[in-house]
Amino acid sequence: MCDQTFVAITFGPCDSCSENRPLMNLYIKTEPINYCSLCMEIMACQDLAGGETLNSLKAETESLRKRLEEERKKLHDVELEKVAEKAEALSALNLKTRRTLKGHANKVLCMDWCKDKRRMVSSSQVPAHPVFNSSQEHAVSMPTTWVMACAYAPSGCAIACGGLDNKCSVYPLSLDQNENLAAKKKSVALHTNYLSGCTFTNSDMQILTCSGDGTSALWDVESGQLLQSFHGHSADVLTLDLAPSETGNTFVSGGSDKKANIWDLRSGQNIQSFDTHESDVNCVKYYPSGDAFASASDDATCRLFDLRADREVSIYSKDSIIFGATSVDFSLSGRLLFAGYNDYTINVWDVLKGTRVAVLFGHENRVSSLKFSPDGTAFCSASWDNTLRIWA
Amino acid sequence: MTISTLTRGGAQREQQHCLRKMERVIIAMQDPDIGLKMRNQRLLITVIPHAMTGNDIMEWLIQKYNITDEEAGHLGGLLVQYGYIYPLKEPRSLILRSDDSPYRFQTPYFWTSSRWPASELDYAIYLAKKNIRKQGELVDYEKQNYNLLHKRINHTWDFVVMQAREQIRASKQRRKADRIVLECQEQAYWLVNKPCPGAFDVFDLGPERCNVLNSRVILNRRALVRNRVKSSICLESFMKFCDQYHQHDPIMSGCLPSNPWISDDTTHWTINTDLVGTPTRLRVERWSFSFMELLNDCLGRREFMTYLEKEFSGENLCFWEACEDLRHGESSKIILKVEEVYKTFLSPGAARWVNIDSKTMERTLEGIKQPHRFVMDDAQMHIYFLMKKDSYPRYLKSDLYKNMLSKAIVPQETKKSVFPFMRRQRHSSPSPAMVSQATEDNGKAKGAGPAATNSGTLS
Repeated sequence: MCDQTFVAITFGPCDSCSENRPLMNLYIKTEPINYCSLCMEIMACQDLAGGETLNSLKAETESLRKRLEEERKKLHDVELEKVAEKAEALSALNLKTRRTLKGHANKVLCMDWCKDKRRMVSSSQVPAHPVFNSSQEHAVSMPTTWVMACAYAPSGCAIACGGLDNKCSVYPLSLDQNENLAAKKKSVALHTNYLSGCTFTNSDMQILTCSGDGTSALWDVESGQLLQSFHGHSADVLTLDLAPSETGNTFVSGGSDKKANIWDLRSGQNIQSFDTHESDVNCVKYYPSGDAFASASDDATCRLFDLRADREVSIYSKDSIIFGATSVDFSLSGRLLFAGYNDYTINVWDVLKGTRVAVLFGHENRVSSLKFSPDGTAFCSASWDNTLRIWA
Repeated sequence: MTISTLTRGGAQREQQHCLRKMERVIIAMQDPDIGLKMRNQRLLITVIPHAMTGNDIMEWLIQKYNITDEEAGHLGGLLVQYGYIYPLKEPRSLILRSDDSPYRFQTPYFWTSSRWPASELDYAIYLAKKNIRKQGELVDYEKQNYNLLHKRINHTWDFVVMQAREQIRASKQRRKADRIVLECQEQAYWLVNKPCPGAFDVFDLGPERCNVLNSRVILNRRALVRNRVKSSICLESFMKFCDQYHQHDPIMSGCLPSNPWISDDTTHWTINTDLVGTPTRLRVERWSFSFMELLNDCLGRREFMTYLEKEFSGENLCFWEACEDLRHGESSKIILKVEEVYKTFLSPGAARWVNIDSKTMERTLEGIKQPHRFVMDDAQMHIYFLMKKDSYPRYLKSDLYKNMLSKAIVPQETKKSVFPFMRRQRHSSPSPAMVSQATEDNGKAKGAGPAATNSGTLS
């Protein structure tokens, strides 16, 4: 922080915000300045160099933002709706619940598919019961409430999960149904706040996690070593998704700071940032080609962001949809966007035309998670009504 | 009601973005011009104005938002659950009935957004009032709460009882209609905020989230100099992609012979297993969409390898695979793997030497001195693009690929069974954990196991 020689307290106008407050006299590089305690806090958090005031920084951020908006507008020569006019209209979908999985005694918070297209892992709110397979082969006891994230390893031989325990643990799956899986557990990730999301990268050996402590991190499963950490969100990071691109080196994350950020796995840098949402970004998902991603937010909208154009290209919202969206996923061709909401419904959107194609009722409480099976034949929704539903 | 209300910091409010939107709907509903038509409610001999029927509410929602009955019912139901509208006939049942059951708007004083979380003191006073007015009017869970509060805020109990008495006295001096309305409003508020245990609690919000400040200057500066692509080009590419994959999307075009989740017939999975003998036509077609599609499909990758070996450039794919293994493998094996890769592919006179340009080779050899996970990235990318631009297009034109395409099967669509209610037996599929422990398969069709089942209900 600053070169703090000694601190004394007086009263008067703050050098930074100009308000009359109790002041602290600080010395930054032997220059005395008087900040009120609030500005001093902010300065400490913001890494301000001596001489920069909070206001000047804010002003610079604003002007940069305006210029950025102008630059983005220059290349925006057409809207998605216009381009999509020549796309075929969609025929009515006949989507129904094909399976209802009851087995959790509490809210189901998260789920993930196995690469074999049939199995799933899901996690829930209560300690003694949570993680289980679609055929209830295993039940793992977690010594924590609110297991908010779970993921299946690409090989299908292990699962990872975590939540309010601030950790992400990996459990190898075995054939013996009676074996106590908790005994074989391996703690991989350790954050300083709750774990909100986790996923394996292309192999069983690495896990990418995001947490309420505002960071995401890449871990080596075998050693538990932190390989890379990603800082840049100014609030809880709630979701992440790996890019399906050729070079497979980026991922997107969304947070309570209303932003969605793109990160480079190798360097840890924040490459791009999108901040048009009006509330927490609850879920992000890449478009199948990897050139765009969709996000779901508490502001009751889902949005599509194009990475090459570096802007938001579509908003999926309706006046009658008031409650926040918690999860999104694309169908295999990327034409349909499925989103689960806090009003217990699932809305299906035409990605290109921006219109709503269908609304699915059935859950009796919030939809917490929604994912398509790897071959796109069905999708599964997890809900706070203690069930999972498979729709096709 | 006491005046004090605990206003939580911005944090919890932000999670309730939906409340502001609900309020806008409610205000629109009460608009004198475009809102609902109010009626009078007859309660024995008293007439209470400004009531509406459940049917009115549904009709208005349908008309204003252009939605279906089902959706209007759902939305209206949520408005009732959150306490913005309350029923007059059966106050404890917070649902929207689409008949002529009467409802009223909750007064803004009692709105969730202005008065949340509910204050303990207010609740104590409310329960005390109920108790004093009519002994035994408190329901079980209310009695429990009353006793709990009595213990917890015992030091203010005199104040509570005094306030309760005063409020009862004041209400007695009101007109009967007003008194009934106020009582209903208060009761509705508490039914939403302190629901009967086991009943639905809309204020169950999950773990708390918080906020902090930070600077965005560096990020914005970097963003300004970024290369951007015109919107028209980007958006066209989405159109193309959706179009190209339309036939392959089971939700859009169905899948052959049938979607296993709908028909319980797992043939679709059986014919599409990883290393099946004869792949389906759709699958082989997909290999031509992009190089990544070909590589991601293990059958496709194997075919491509066969082709490359014919052209004596198989080492390129092997090198790429070795680099992928290095990138995604265990940290402890990195040094070993880098050595292996160097020996096999990069060292002069290596058995499977790959042709990389001199600059990249120099950089890679330099990097190998301090091996890390990404040391082969440049070389890997070079070889990847070499294969993509050169070998891949030629493979698609080759006889090998064309034969594959012609041999590929197109499954017959299953005719709908004559007896639609006859369900097939569902069995668990073999666990991947088990499969991986068995010997590695080479081309045998795996997993004829049918769909996974669950021990619970099927619907």
